[in-house]
This record gives sequence, C-alpha cells and structure tokens, in this order.
Amino acid sequence: MTIKTIFSGFGGQGVLSMGFTLANAAMLEGKYVTYLPSYGVEVRGGTANCTVVVSDEEIASPVASEPEFIVAMNQPSFARFQSVLTSGGLICVNSSIVNTTSARGDIEILAVPTSELADKMGTIKVANMIMLGAFLKASNIVSFDFMLAHLQEILGEGKAKMIKLNQEALEAGYTFVKE
Amino acid sequence: MSGNAALGEAAVLAGCTCYFGYPITPQNELTEYMAKRVPEAGGIFIQSESEIAAINMVLGASVAGARAMTSSSSPGMSLKQEGISYLAADELPAVVVNMVRGGPGMGNISPAQSDYLQATRGGGHGDYRTIVLAPGSVQELADIVPLAFDLAEAYRNPVIILGDGMLGQMMEPVSFDNIKPPKEYPKDYILTGARGRPSRMVRSLLFDTKEEEEHNWKLFRKYQRMEQNEVRYEKYLVDDAEMIVVAYGIGARIVKGAIKRLRQENLKIGMIRPITLWPFPAKIIRETANRVTDFFVFEMSTGQMIEDVRLALEGKGHIHFYGRPGGVIPTPIELSRVISRHYYQQSHRGKK
Repeated sequence: MTIKTIFSGFGGQGVLSMGFTLANAAMLEGKYVTYLPSYGVEVRGGTANCTVVVSDEEIASPVASEPEFIVAMNQPSFARFQSVLTSGGLICVNSSIVNTTSARGDIEILAVPTSELADKMGTIKVANMIMLGAFLKASNIVSFDFMLAHLQEILGEGKAKMIKLNQEALEAGYTFVKE
Repeated sequence: MSGNAALGEAAVLAGCTCYFGYPITPQNELTEYMAKRVPEAGGIFIQSESEIAAINMVLGASVAGARAMTSSSSPGMSLKQEGISYLAADELPAVVVNMVRGGPGMGNISPAQSDYLQATRGGGHGDYRTIVLAPGSVQELADIVPLAFDLAEAYRNPVIILGDGMLGQMMEPVSFDNIKPPKEYPKDYILTGARGRPSRMVRSLLFDTKEEEEHNWKLFRKYQRMEQNEVRYEKYLVDDAEMIVVAYGIGARIVKGAIKRLRQENLKIGMIRPITLWPFPAKIIRETANRVTDFFVFEMSTGQMIEDVRLALEGKGHIHFYGRPGGVIPTPIELSRVISRHYYQQSHRGKK
C-alpha cells in the first residue's frame, strides 16, 4: 500500500512542518517514506508545498502523479491541487480562509476551520498541527496515538518546550473530525 | 534526513577532514551541515570567498595528504573546472559534488540533469577524465561517498558526485551503519616538507612537449583502467523486457515509478540505470541489444546521455528520447504514458 499526500499553503503556515512531522512519524513506525519539499523562491506569503509518500514497500518515485490526499491551507493551493487528486481522494481544506466549493464531484472534501480552532487555544501558530490532527483522523496513515507519544522524538530537541501545546493542537483537530 | 545532510554526514564518517564551499542553492544544506559537523569531528571547514577559491583550497589540502571535498551547483561547478583540470593533471584525489540545477547561465534553482556532458567529458581544459557517480536515492547518496573517496585515492584523480536539486533537498530514511573510511593508499607523492627525504614536486606545467605527451599517455592508461574496472550500473526488470529505458539519478527514480505502473498493464519494460556515468556502462547496453531492439532514454535535459547510449549501441536497435529540461520534474504517470506510446508504436511496427 502506497499513500501519497501533498501538503500545500502559504509559506509561513507550517505546511512543510506538517509534511515533515508526518514523514518522521511514518519513518519511526518503520514504514518506507519519502519527503519532497518545494523550495527556493518560496517566501513568507508565497506558496509552499511538499509531497510525502508512505509505503509498506520500497518507494519508486518521490513525485506523486495522483495523490490520495491533499491538504490545502489557502485558496490558491486548493485551486491548484484539487485537480491532481485521484478520483475518490480526500482534500482537507482550511475552511477559515478558503471557499471549499469544488467542481469535482468525485472527491471528498473535509473542511477544517483551523483559525477558529486555533483561536480557542490562544495562538494561530498551531493551525497546522490542528490540521494535521484532523488529517490523521481522516487518513489514518500513521497511528494517532503513536504520533502523540513520540512527538518529542519527531519534532526534535529544538521544540521541547512546545510539545504539550502541539499535542493539544493535534488532539483538537483529531476530535473535530467526526467518525 | 535530506540528501545534502546525508552526503555531509557520510563524508565525515568516510574520513573527510577538509571541506571548502561557497553557498549556492540547491546544495546549501550541505555547506550548512559541514559548517557544524566538520569542526566537531576535528576537521577544517572554510566558507571560501568563491567557488574558484574553494576548489583550489581542495587542491592544497589534497597535495598535503588530506581527504578533501567541495560542492556546488551548476554555475558554481563551471567556475571550478579550472581547478578540477589541475587536480587531474597533478594526479591529486578529491571529491567534488554537483547538485545540478536548471541552466545554462544562471538558469534556475530547480532540479535538472543538464550537466551530464560537462561532468563526463572532463569539464575543464585538457585531455582528462573524471569518474562520475550518479546516485538515485538519499541512501545511495550516502553509500556512494566512501566509494568516491576510495576511487579518488586509488586512482589519484578527482571524482564527481553528480546529484540534482531534488536529490539534495528530499528527505528519506538513511542508515550510516555501513559507512566506514576507505582504506589508506600509500601517499608517496604528498608535500609534507622534505626533511629526511628527497624533495618532491607536484606540477602540471610541463614545457617539454615530449614529457607532456608521456604524461598524457600515462593519464590515458589510468583512464583505461578505470573503464575496465569501475563500471557500475543497476538492472531493473531487464531479463524479460521488450523495451529498455536508460535513465540515471533522480530521473531513474521517476522512471521506476512509471515502469511499476506499466508492468501492472503487462507492458514488458525494464531499465538500465548507469551509476557511473563515466566510465559509462556501454558493454551491458550493447549486450542487451542482442536481445532487445528498443531503447528509451529519459533525461531531465534536452538529451546528453543519449550520445553515450548511441555510442554503446553501435547502430543496433532503435532509440527514443524524452526530455524535460529547465528544472521541470515529470510525474511517473506522464512518463508512463510516453513510454507506453513508444512501446505500442514499436510492437505495431514489429507486426508489419
């Protein structure tokens, strides 16, 4: 089973961090994984994206033709990436700032109002982790409990003080999504 | 770990004690990693004032017997060519990394494979060659570093690691368990001060034409030994294939994704992936052509390696080419469509 996800949004929204966190968790779970960032001319306020491929077998291409999942944190990303989503795929959208109507009838859309949920926690900076929590509930690519338990290891020592806040944000997103 | 960081760690573990570099995207993470890691390991890190300075610092370190490395990306690599030519002429070992980006000129900072000819034809002036290693994954990028130092020192010649922006930036799990320093070769040429021994000289200025000619033939014989002994490649699903794709580096990774798709539709397609671009695995391609007549070359350029494939085939078989230059990364599905179109055209032609 090979699952491809593209995380996308404005630079500064923590888009690459989302992908990196997922990739690290999948690696620690013992899966094959590739993480391919877009880079270079991206600036704060510009667009950024990364592709994460998680698999039980060796991954041929780190480039995803038809991803199963998309996470779109802003309107341009929603417009750009919904067209490459495979039929029956799921797109998680930051509905706080994105109009989520799509012309495609063959995909699922999960609207997550990350800004509102983040405001409740007192900081907009955790919007990406809220989205990641919601994404994990919907995709089940890695075990949510595993990610919570290993968050320190996944994020690295630099983020030691932020572990509790990030765990809460992941949980907020996770519980937002109904079964 | 990113490809750039993995390369840096592997270099330190392989005993690289001197790294000199000048920043350029998309290999900056390597310079950044080395800035922290090399001094930790007791080595020398210098961010030089230019690419030309960096390669000449490598020459200086190498002539003093150190295991030295520098890295850059396409435009910076052009600047290094003079130094690489001198390293080859002086018969000094060194590892030079090129994380290729779109060109020519300043180009852009996206991944490309457009420096193939520069890397495999010597690159600088004069009659010389460099071994060119083209890894296709982050793990292989790490594994190839000790090999690069080993070949450089065994033959006393610069070795190029040819990656690209994507390989340098992407992250994959990587293990360093098998990365050990290569063996030490006798260094009876290095300049360490002549106290207690006759003096030595390392130079490339040979005014006597006869002496220069002899030196050229001596280098040539060394390059012949490399061609005989150092060819490396990977065969992927070649045995039953009716069409062979030739691709290298990250391009070969995307081709692999395309072949996986095509095999599900029972299209018998395989791949030969050169790991050494020079010496080129011409023999295996030529031998495969005894059974297979269709070859498909994919490069992230307008077609450079195709010249070597053509030379290898010596007129046998048909060659198709598909290229995406300028920093464009094709998707596996795009490649699978192009490959399958040629596959069906050829099988149709066969029936006529």
